[in-house]
Amino acid sequence: MSLSIRFQHIVKDFGPVRVLHGVDFALEPGRVVGLLGENGAGKSTLMKILAGYERPSGGQLVVDGVERRFANARDAEQLGIALIHQEFNLAEHLTIAQNIFLGHEKTRGGLLDRRAMAREAASCLAQVGLERDPDTRVSELIVAEKQLVEIAKALSRQARVLIMDEPTASLSPGETRKLFELMARLKGQGVTIVYISHKLDEMEAHTDEVVVMRDGKFVARAATADVDRHQMANLMVGRELSSMFQPKTAVAADAPVRLRVEGLQVPGWIGDLGFEVRAGEVLGFAGLVGAGRTEAFEAILGLRPRSRGRIEIDGKPADIRSPRDAMRHGLTYLSEDRKGKGLHLDLGLRDNLTMMTLERDARPWLDLKAGERALRQAIDDFGIRLRDPNCAARSLSGGNQQKLALAKYLRPDPGVIVLDEPTRGVDVGAKRDIYALIHRLAAEGRAVVVISSELIELIGLSHRVAVLHGGRLQAVLEAGQLTEENLIAHATDTQYTKH
Amino acid sequence: MQPTPNTRSTEPSTKPAAALPGLSHLKAAGPLIALVLLCIAGAFLNPDFATVDNLMNVLTRTAFIGIIAVGMTFVIVSGGIDLSVGSMAALIAGAMIVAMNALVAGAGAPGAATVICAGIALALACGAVFGIAHGLLITRGRIEAFIVTLGSLGIFRAVLTWLSDGGALTLDFNLAEAYSPVYYQSVLGVPIPVWVFALVAIGGTVILNRTAYGQHVQAIGSNEQVARYAAIRVDRAKVVTYLLLGVCVAIATILYVPRLGSATPTTGILWELEAIAAVVVGGTSLRGGSGRVMGTVVGAILLSVIGNILNLTSIISVHLNPAVQGVVIIAVAYLQRGRR
Repeated sequence: MSLSIRFQHIVKDFGPVRVLHGVDFALEPGRVVGLLGENGAGKSTLMKILAGYERPSGGQLVVDGVERRFANARDAEQLGIALIHQEFNLAEHLTIAQNIFLGHEKTRGGLLDRRAMAREAASCLAQVGLERDPDTRVSELIVAEKQLVEIAKALSRQARVLIMDEPTASLSPGETRKLFELMARLKGQGVTIVYISHKLDEMEAHTDEVVVMRDGKFVARAATADVDRHQMANLMVGRELSSMFQPKTAVAADAPVRLRVEGLQVPGWIGDLGFEVRAGEVLGFAGLVGAGRTEAFEAILGLRPRSRGRIEIDGKPADIRSPRDAMRHGLTYLSEDRKGKGLHLDLGLRDNLTMMTLERDARPWLDLKAGERALRQAIDDFGIRLRDPNCAARSLSGGNQQKLALAKYLRPDPGVIVLDEPTRGVDVGAKRDIYALIHRLAAEGRAVVVISSELIELIGLSHRVAVLHGGRLQAVLEAGQLTEENLIAHATDTQYTKH
Repeated sequence: MQPTPNTRSTEPSTKPAAALPGLSHLKAAGPLIALVLLCIAGAFLNPDFATVDNLMNVLTRTAFIGIIAVGMTFVIVSGGIDLSVGSMAALIAGAMIVAMNALVAGAGAPGAATVICAGIALALACGAVFGIAHGLLITRGRIEAFIVTLGSLGIFRAVLTWLSDGGALTLDFNLAEAYSPVYYQSVLGVPIPVWVFALVAIGGTVILNRTAYGQHVQAIGSNEQVARYAAIRVDRAKVVTYLLLGVCVAIATILYVPRLGSATPTTGILWELEAIAAVVVGGTSLRGGSGRVMGTVVGAILLSVIGNILNLTSIISVHLNPAVQGVVIIAVAYLQRGRR
């Protein structure tokens, strides 16, 4: 039994921001469909609507010819539609069996029937190939195992459409291979699998067809056999990729080193990391999720403990224990987590912009007019699009929020700036603006570090790319070595067994 | 110098802002409107209500809670809470009385003015130390503010009860005489506690809205992580909120001691309820992030006007006053829910 699904002009607004602009397409049963798109293209939102986590602001969702309005995920689940989240939806303190039956507990005479649940859980686990006792606490599992528990949970509820959002983002190559084997098996049983990713090589190898979304719209669909990686990438970005990046300005041979890190050790994350960035240089950081890129820089900033490591800024040793110390030394770090760490979404634009420099601006009372002037300047300089300068940061679109965040972290005028996933969740136009800004920051003689999961972006922006794998510096690739294959090979530590 | 991207976004601008600006102004004025309506109702219910004497009396009695509530505003805006303020006030009052009596009793006793000044200095020092202790336990010790101050609520009250041996600590008669003007005297027709309340309120407003520190407090309450990443000294700022509150409690106590000249195990009972209620009624979200000191001032006056009307009109028993405050705090929290 399989389900056919049709999206009819689905629209979704988050407050004032429209993230889906009328999406139309259909999913045929029993296939593996790759849903492609950049961050912010709306793929996750669309799938949340399908799985009942979000309600569409307009349009219809048709399942097996019947229009459905899911009030919650349970409604979707009853029809056999399940979403495996990027962040898992498991109760860490409960056991595997308890999680699988959460909300659907089996009872006998009003009491929990533990034995029946353990038996059934064991058979679900066998189906997904996880060899674990159903009474194991979920907190004891590694990421890949948790994912299998999520899938087992979906199967125990007779899932016929399985949506997997970036399922391989934090898996090792071996775990990834197993997951794809499982997906093939499930497809054989008639399960439709929607697979969201921007790993084009996986799309190419494991899907029957691909659907491309961009800026909240359906762009194209094609049988996987008919398109190559390059075409997929161009469909995602919507133009020839080469037009997104300006030619890199060569770093002067005698350019001084602005940031040097030696012997950095971060308990649980980084064994021994050393690198340097020179004035005018963009140094990229590549690696899988969990490779320790963000953690390394959080440790440099003093946001997490480092057990060893020497940091030099502009040739002088810097004793950095907090982001404040770092700022005083001319180093700022824009987090990948814009909503949780980058901006105060509930505060106004001016408050956000001037947050890091308030003490500099106060003498001793805050000069609110100066803040307003700074905001007007930043709106012009960074091309921030808005209706009302007095609105809260929340009401800006992702791209404009990111420009505001960049303006905020550049206000202290840092000589070294670290940008963690600077284009996550922004549209193509804003992306190009941000690339131009990064280019210009380097041209002004700053040292720029860009951490990114988008290989195209790293290759287009960076003079050199450092690749981390499992907390170790795998390689520092120079201009001539910057290819996607090379980066992936080092990031997954498979450079000697290329296929 | 600010870097400038030389290309313009092709991104469409976003749609209109979520809330109308007028609506938020209305929300800010809500407590004030409620206060005005309540005063009109009070004047109808009892002619004595609208007299200058009665209103000054209400304001004077509001001063204790109001001053504490100003400090509480900082703590709550930063995302914290302090349940201990009533017990802290009682202990500070007790400590002041014991110390001043001891100074007077000693040989070659200094003059009353000197003793009173010493008592005041002691009160301020105690408030500051208690506040810093709370702040350090919460930030460095990483214990929930709720737990820390719930614990110290018990400790402060127990120590006072122990000091007073379960009874009353009474200020030396001559000292009480010399100290009483601090509560009972008026300057330009306005009682001293009301002047102090006004100064604290203005000071609090300026600090919260017009200094970098005040903005940091709001930023921390709005999202502590973001504040930490934005190079704000989060722990220090939080400790200072508890320090400010401790000092406010001390100031309130300095005004309270000359009123009765004694401290008992029931001194300051339920002040935490009143102070927190004043802050919440004044429009500060218990989740932190935003708040107005002047809202708190209005909230404190509103609560004591309710008490005063109950007193004058005998609609319900005065003993039920805390119940009314409890109802008000829950009702306001209900109205505030889901604003984010």
